[in-house]
Amino acid sequence: MSTVLPVIQPDLKTQPYTDVDFNDKLAAHGIELRATTVDTLQVNVGKLCNQACKHCHVDASPKRTEIMTRETVEAVIAAARRFRIQTLDITGGAPELNPSFRYLVTEARALGAHVSVRHNLTVVFEMGEEDLPEFFRDHAVEVISSLPYFLEEQTDAQRGHGVFQKSLIALRRLNAVGYGSEGSGLTLDLVYNPVGAFLPPPQSSIEADFKRELINRYGIVFNHLYTITNMPIERFLDYLRRSGNEERYMRKLVEAFNPATADGLMCRNLVSVDWTGRLYDCDFNQMLELGIAPELPQTIAEFDPESFAHRRIVTGSHCFGCTAGAGSSCGGAVAVNS
Amino acid sequence: MAYYVEDDLDRFSDIGKYRADLFEKFMAWYQACQEEGALSRREKALIGLAVAHALQCPYCIDAFSQSCLEAGSNMEQMTEAIHVASAIRGGAALIHGIQAHNSVKKVSM
Repeated sequence: MSTVLPVIQPDLKTQPYTDVDFNDKLAAHGIELRATTVDTLQVNVGKLCNQACKHCHVDASPKRTEIMTRETVEAVIAAARRFRIQTLDITGGAPELNPSFRYLVTEARALGAHVSVRHNLTVVFEMGEEDLPEFFRDHAVEVISSLPYFLEEQTDAQRGHGVFQKSLIALRRLNAVGYGSEGSGLTLDLVYNPVGAFLPPPQSSIEADFKRELINRYGIVFNHLYTITNMPIERFLDYLRRSGNEERYMRKLVEAFNPATADGLMCRNLVSVDWTGRLYDCDFNQMLELGIAPELPQTIAEFDPESFAHRRIVTGSHCFGCTAGAGSSCGGAVAVNS
Repeated sequence: MAYYVEDDLDRFSDIGKYRADLFEKFMAWYQACQEEGALSRREKALIGLAVAHALQCPYCIDAFSQSCLEAGSNMEQMTEAIHVASAIRGGAALIHGIQAHNSVKKVSM
C-alpha cells in the first residue's frame, strides 16, 4: 500500500500574477542578475509606523509590533564596523519609532558611514520626536521623505487624511535647520510614488514640477526627487486586487520591461536586513520572505560582504516593478525613460 | 454584442491581421508622434486627451488618461485640456449660428 503524503507548501507571501517569468525575460536579453558589490546595508528596523499608507509594501501601521531589538541593532553596527560599510539606509515602518533608532544613527555616523533615513515627515508630531530635524542635522543624516504629490488631494488619498498639511509643516522645519538649501550640506530628498495603478512620469520632469510648485505654493525647498514605482506586493497588491487592476498593472509592468535598468537595480549593491537580523536581496524580497540565496549566510551576525558581492539575486514576479520604464530603486529611476 | 468593450483596446493590433503593412506604417507614425520633440511628452499626452474628448472615443480617452498620469499631469491640468476641447467644440457649433442668421436674413425683409 502506498501512502501519498500531502505536499507542504512554504508559507510564502502572495506575489502578483503574471504569465511571464522574470528570469526568462532577463535571459531573453542576455542578463544574469547578480550583485556587483555590497556598499549599502538597508536596515528595516521594524514595521511599526504612525501611518498606514495605501501603497505600503511593508504593510506598516500603528498596529504592527515587529521591532528590531537592541541586540540586533548591535549586530548591524558590528557588521558596519567590521566591513566598513559605506552607507546605512535605515527604513521601516517609521524607523524613528524604534527605541534604538537614535543609537543606531549615532553609532553608524561615528563609524564614518553615510546614513540615510526613510523619514515619513509626520512622525515628528509623535511624542518625543519633536526634535528630529535637529537630530538629523546634528548627525548629518540624509533625509529621504515620501511626498507623492505637491497637492493635498493626491497626497492624502495615498497617505491618509491630514498627512499633506502635516508634511508641509515638517518640511518647513527641516528647511529651517538647513535641509534642502544649497551649500548647507544637509540633503533632503523627496520620493514620488504614483497615486494609483500607473507608472511614474520621467523623474527629471516631475522633479522640476515639484521644485517649482513647492517653492511657489509653500516656500519649501529640497534637493532631489526620486520616482519610485509602486511595488505590487502587500498593501498595494491588495489595492490592485480590490480595484480590479492587478492584471492590467502587471501587464503594464511586463510590457514596459527595460533591459537598460538591470545594471542600476538596487539589489546589485545592497543587502537588506529585517527586524530579526535576517538578510535579503532587497526590502521587497524581505516583505515576501524571499530570503537571500540559501548557500549564503542568512543573518547579519554571519554577514560577510565578500561572499555576498557576486551572489545570485533571488527574484519573483514583483521584480518587474523595478525594471519597468525608467526603472525603480531606493534612489529613484535607474535609466533614462524609454 | 456591445459596441464598446474595454478589452478591445488591448486587441488594437488585431487590425494588423489584414494589410499588416498599412498597420505597421500607422503604428510607426503614431509612435513617432508621441516621442519627445519640440513638444514634451506631457504636452502631447494632453493634446491627445483633448482630441480624444472632441472625438468622444472611449478607447482614446482611456489610453490618454493613463498617458497623462504617467507623463506627470494632474486632474486639474487634464480637466483644463478637456475644457479646451469642449469649448472649441461648443464654439464650432455656435459659430454656425451665423449661418442660420445669414439664412434667415436672406429671406427676411
